[in-house]
Amino acid sequence: MRRVLVLLPAWAWLLAFVAAPAVILLGIAFGTGAEGVPPFRWPFGPGLAWQGSFGNLATLIQDEFYRDSLWRAALLAGSTAVLTLLLGFPMAFAIARARRGWRVPLLALVLLPFWTGFLLRMGAFIGLLRDQGLVNAALLGLGLIEEPLTLLYTEGAMLAGMVHAYLPFAVLPLYATLSRLDPVLEQAAADLGATPATVFWTVTLPLALPGVVAASLLVFIPAAGEFVIPELLGPSDALPVGRVLWQEFFSNRDWPMAAALAVALLALLIVPIRLFQRAS
Amino acid sequence: MWRGVLVLGLGFLWVPVLLLVGFAFSADRIPFQWGGFSLHWFAALATNERLVEAAWLSLRVASGSATLATLIGGVAGFALARWGAFAGRGLFGALIGAPLVLPEVVTALAMLLLFVTLEAAIGWPAGRGALTILLAHATLGAAYVAVVVQARLAGTERVLEEAAMDLGAGPLATFRTITLPLMAPALAAGWLLAFTLSFDDLVIASFVSGPAGTTLPVLVFSALRLGLTPEINALGAVILALAGLCVALAALLLRARWLEGGGEGG
Repeated sequence: MRRVLVLLPAWAWLLAFVAAPAVILLGIAFGTGAEGVPPFRWPFGPGLAWQGSFGNLATLIQDEFYRDSLWRAALLAGSTAVLTLLLGFPMAFAIARARRGWRVPLLALVLLPFWTGFLLRMGAFIGLLRDQGLVNAALLGLGLIEEPLTLLYTEGAMLAGMVHAYLPFAVLPLYATLSRLDPVLEQAAADLGATPATVFWTVTLPLALPGVVAASLLVFIPAAGEFVIPELLGPSDALPVGRVLWQEFFSNRDWPMAAALAVALLALLIVPIRLFQRAS
Repeated sequence: MWRGVLVLGLGFLWVPVLLLVGFAFSADRIPFQWGGFSLHWFAALATNERLVEAAWLSLRVASGSATLATLIGGVAGFALARWGAFAGRGLFGALIGAPLVLPEVVTALAMLLLFVTLEAAIGWPAGRGALTILLAHATLGAAYVAVVVQARLAGTERVLEEAAMDLGAGPLATFRTITLPLMAPALAAGWLLAFTLSFDDLVIASFVSGPAGTTLPVLVFSALRLGLTPEINALGAVILALAGLCVALAALLLRARWLEGGGEGG
C-alpha cells in the first residue's frame, strides 16, 4: 500500500506528460485543420460524433513529397549509422585495448563534445565550410584549388555534421561490449594459426555484435527525426521527415498534418525501437 | 591501425570545437578569421541583453527541470531496481523510458498538443513559455535519471539493505541510511545530465515555447540561420569551459568506476 503511495506522483506525471500526449498526438493526426487558436479540430465532436478525416494519412501515402521525406529520413539515418559505426568501432576498440589509466580520459574526450552545445558545434562547421571558410582558405592558400569549393549546404556537410553529433552515441555502447571481451579468446585463435584478419572476422566481430546492434539503433532512431542538422548544413532540397514536419507545423500551421507525419515516423521506427528495447 | 583511427576520430570531434574556441579570441569582425588577440567578443556577449536574458531563462529552466527530473526519475529508478514485479511495472517502465527512444520532434509535437489541449480544457498552463518548457524538459530528464539510478542500484548489493533490516531498521530508516546514500552519486550525475539536456535542447523548446520563451538554443539557432557571428564563437568558449567543469564534477562523483568495465564494480 505504501509503495502505491510512493509511486503515485510518478504515475500521475507519466500518465499526464507521456501517455496523454501520445494519445492526443494520435487523435489529432485524424483531426482537421481549422481557423483560429488552436488551428485544428478534434476528430470527435460533442457526444463523440466523428468529425475527423483520414485525409492526412491518405495524403501521406499518396503524395510523393511526403513519401519521399520518410524515405530520405531512413536514408539519412541509415548512412549516419553506417558512417558512425565505421569510425566509432575502431575508436571504441582502441580505447578498450588501451592501458587501464588511459581508458577513462579517452572516453571522456569522446563524450565531452556531447556536452559542449550541439548548436555551437554546428556553428563551427558553418565557419569551416563556408565559401570564405577556413577549409577553403587553407586549400586556396596551398594552391590546390583556384576557386572556393561549395562545401556548405551540401549532402557532404550534412553527413559530416550528423557523424559529428552522433559519434558519441555509437562509441559508448561499442566500448561497453568491447571492454568486456576477453583478449585471451583472440590470442587463442592467433595461436591456432589464424591471421589477424581471420581473428577479427571470426572472433572479435561476432562477439561484439550486440554492441554493434545497440550502437546502430542508438544512432538510427534519433537521426531519423533529425531536423536541425539538415536545416543548418544540408542543401535546401534535402527534406527528411523531421524538416517537413517542422515546416508543416511552423510555416504552414497545418498541425494535423504535422501530427500525421509524427505518427508515420513512429510507424517507421517501431521495429528499430522494439529491437533496441529488447537489446538493452 | 586502431589507434590511428582513434586519433583521426578524436581530431574530427575536437578540431571544429577547438577552432571555434580559438577564434573567439580574434578581433576580426568576420568569424573564423584571425585579426589579432582580443577579448572584445566576450565583452559584446556580456552586454548583449537578449542573449543574457535568454541565458538566464535557460539556466532557470534547466535547473528547475533537472531538479524535478531527479525527483521523478529517482523514485522511478529506485522502484524499477528494487521492487521486483510490482503492479503495472511493464507499463511504468515503458512510460518512463519512452522519451529515450522517441525522436525529439515527436516528443516535442506531442507535448505541445497536450499543453494546447489542456489550456483549452482547464485553462492551465495559461499560455506557453518557461513553465511549459520546464514541464517538457523534466519529463525528458526523468527518463535519463531513471536509467542512471537503476543502473547504479543494480550494481550494488542488496545485502547492505537486508542487513539493516535484520538489525531492526524499518523500511524508511533503511532507505534513508543505506539506499539513499547508495543512490546519491547517481542522483547527482542524473541531475547534471538532465541539466545539460535541457540547457542544450532546441527542438522541444521551439515547439512548446511561445514568444515569451526564448531560451539560449532558440536564440542561437535563429542567429545561425542568418549566419555565423563572432559572438557565437565567444559563447562556445564559455559553454565549453562550463561543460568541462560539469563533466569533471560528474566524473568525481561517480569516481568513474563503472567506465573501467568489469573489475571491482559499483
